[in-house]
Amino acid sequence: MMTKCADPVILNLWHPVGAIAEAAPGAVQETVLLEERLSFAVDADGEPVVWRSRPDVQRADHIPPADRLPAISAYGYVWTSLGSPPAELFPIPEYQEPDRRKLNAATFGVNVSAPRAIENFLDMGHFPYVHTDILGVEPHTEVKEYDVEISVDRDEILATRCRFFQPMASTASDGGADVDYVYRVPHPYCSVLYKSSPVDETRRDVIAVFLQPVDQEHVRAHMLLCVLDEDNEDKVIKRFQQTIFGQDKPILENQVPKRLPLDPRAETPIRADKSAIAYRRWLSQKGVTYGVIPAAA
Amino acid sequence: MLEEARSRWHPIAAAHDLPFRHVFHGQLLGREFAVWRADDGYVNIWENRCLHRGVRLSIGINDGRELKCQYHGWRYSNRTAGCTYIPAHPADAPARTITNRTFPAVERYGLVWSSEEPRGEVPEIAGLAEGKLLALRGIAVNAPADKVVERLRAYRFQPNGAIDGEGADILVEAAQDFAVALRSRASSAETQGVFFVQPVDSNRSVIRGVLDQEAEGAARIAILRHHNERLSKLRDEVERDVANAPAPAPLEPVYERVSAELAEMPEVTTHGRKAALRVSVARKWQAADGIAGFELRPIKGILPTFQPGAHIDVHMPNGEIRQYSITNGPGETDSFTIGVKLERDSKGGSKCMHETVREGDVLAISEPRNNFPLRRDAIKTLFVAGGIGITPLLAMAQALKNQELAHELHYFAQGEEHLAFADRLKHLGDALKPHLGLSPDATGAELRQLLAGYRNGMHLYICGPGPMLEAARKIAAEQGWPDSAVHFEYFKNTNKIDDSSSFEVALARSCVTLQVPAGKTIMQVMRESGIDVPSSCEQGACGTCVATLIEGEPDHQDVYLNDAERKAGTKIMTCVSRAKSARLVLDI
Ligand code: FES
Ligand SMILES: [Fe+2]
Repeated sequence: MMTKCADPVILNLWHPVGAIAEAAPGAVQETVLLEERLSFAVDADGEPVVWRSRPDVQRADHIPPADRLPAISAYGYVWTSLGSPPAELFPIPEYQEPDRRKLNAATFGVNVSAPRAIENFLDMGHFPYVHTDILGVEPHTEVKEYDVEISVDRDEILATRCRFFQPMASTASDGGADVDYVYRVPHPYCSVLYKSSPVDETRRDVIAVFLQPVDQEHVRAHMLLCVLDEDNEDKVIKRFQQTIFGQDKPILENQVPKRLPLDPRAETPIRADKSAIAYRRWLSQKGVTYGVIPAAA
Repeated sequence: MLEEARSRWHPIAAAHDLPFRHVFHGQLLGREFAVWRADDGYVNIWENRCLHRGVRLSIGINDGRELKCQYHGWRYSNRTAGCTYIPAHPADAPARTITNRTFPAVERYGLVWSSEEPRGEVPEIAGLAEGKLLALRGIAVNAPADKVVERLRAYRFQPNGAIDGEGADILVEAAQDFAVALRSRASSAETQGVFFVQPVDSNRSVIRGVLDQEAEGAARIAILRHHNERLSKLRDEVERDVANAPAPAPLEPVYERVSAELAEMPEVTTHGRKAALRVSVARKWQAADGIAGFELRPIKGILPTFQPGAHIDVHMPNGEIRQYSITNGPGETDSFTIGVKLERDSKGGSKCMHETVREGDVLAISEPRNNFPLRRDAIKTLFVAGGIGITPLLAMAQALKNQELAHELHYFAQGEEHLAFADRLKHLGDALKPHLGLSPDATGAELRQLLAGYRNGMHLYICGPGPMLEAARKIAAEQGWPDSAVHFEYFKNTNKIDDSSSFEVALARSCVTLQVPAGKTIMQVMRESGIDVPSSCEQGACGTCVATLIEGEPDHQDVYLNDAERKAGTKIMTCVSRAKSARLVLDI
């Protein structure tokens, strides 16, 4: 069957399609991945089934095994693939730690390409302007030097030693302080962020964004929290992340072009964008063409 | 036709679409614009895309002088569209060439006109006299421009004086590709209406009508409503006409690529002591006792982008070259204002400016260069100015004032009559703290007081005569200010330059080794062997000729580097400094 996305790199990846916690057992949900209409359901044991939507099938157990798409459940989401996905999804070891709270903070539709959304997730420079008084505040606008590497054995981008001034950095102290961040990009459309925990300074909260590419210029962004927080209700934690996301959305939807340009001369990078530069290069090296404007050869 | 359309002028907005501090989203032939009027009245039409990460500038903030991008706060200057500040890197002056694409703007007939590649002028419409016109509300139509023009030829409306009547006579006076001129007559009333069609995209247009007569109050509202109703009907008809035809593909704007160096984020490079610009002295006045103010306007085109702290070289009629700081506030880009103090022992620089140069004279100046960049991430900024040292700090204080960032400008002068640029000072309000008529000792005591209370995150900028600058730096150090928080600029290097040493200079990247004999500077020797070295003051004060030192022990004789930078030993001013070791290796 002809698929609408012709990019083999992207076709062969695992992609998230929905949060397990929000799927009633057996209920069929419709979604779109890479311009294909898909249906999925999660059974009572949490086993996902995903197939290309068809009018004659309304129940997961009616779909013949041969017509099912690859499916796994990981980090609280159903993942599938339109190609031949790798045996395993990228690791997030912290997810196994028993004392962490894990929840889908939000699933948001955004009218932008997945790579633009990843760059936004990696970007500290916008904190004082877009997340004013929460993740940053003027005049503390400096993005201090940090390190970026493309780890060859893990095939992922790693940005370390990232620090940014955050007002009300912790509940314990009023007044702002530098907060440490580590960013990973283990998948062209997924990123994982580690941020100093306000409750335990020896450990880090984990926030991940998994982008479901609806088409080249639309995503559904699934936001996973895996945090050390025993006090706040889910509602409160979710509302916070939703506020942050709601601030990014209008900016992302006003980026032109919507697909990420990989030509180094399409936009003007500064040192603060080191991780984005590495990300663009990495996508180019992989030969990704979906959701990007490839550099002219 | 669309190709030809690109070389024509089209209306893209009505003048009333640009209210105070607003940014209007315009579009022409598939290309989007951010359109904004600065407080000085200038209409800016820019590519609607921040050069950094492509965010639409039409969602940016117009502060009256600059447009600030919403995403990372980059600031772009009125008129030049050059980026003046990148908040992620507060200590760096942005490369002046980060300049957004601009399009020409002309206001005529109550409309704002632009063009991608204009040939000729905005159309002259006989019968539309400037100033006595009524611009109608723009009507957007989902149809190609030619289809709209076709229908407009048969548009019927009542003349202004008989708006409630029916059956006026309509005469088509002219019809072109993008405009139709009609005359409506009913008994004694007569109105000419010119209807321009703005080609927004291949399948979208805006009808911008202008009537040749003004109207006030209720009459005006009635006229506007009349046309609104009839043009909306016309829109529905055109949209029905084209409903069955396949819509033409939208036009894809071509974005210019940024220059190769910008994509690499290089060091700023500027070359030689070049007088790149011609300006005329638009105004010369006494800015204070002994200080002449000069307002320099470009002979043609617009001046380049400057940042607070920047200076220009002025090439004088007598052949001398002097550096003067630009005192302008942000976005004041129609002229550069400098202040020149008459130096008693002038070698002819300031004397020439005071006595010879007159209003109307033409001078050559360099592009602005910024070796004294202003951070804007301080929790509080203190400026300490002595005498004519006010000039760069005045530009800085105006920039912080515009952004509402905490600052104080301490201005030391002999007396009230010595305070320069009173008009600009007045706008600073309470931030201005004059200290008048103090002896050197009293000045020291005052400095000690105002430099007490350093907190992490504060920054200090000093400019003034050598002895005062030395004193301020010393006091700041005593009061716990770290070198990294103290920024200064000397007017001149009063150190006696010792050029008796001779040594070798290896240029690592150029793979040449040069001999520097006694009596010659590194810069001179490099230039003699054909290497382009940027410079300005050539006495170790301005910082333009800085080179990166890879190896060797420098003999610093400049007044630009601070102690920490001297100790680090990684920079050298090639115009005055020399070597203590037998050999220096420079990254050139
Ligand atoms: S996109 Fe405009 S400042 Fe970054
Ligand atoms: Fe954000």
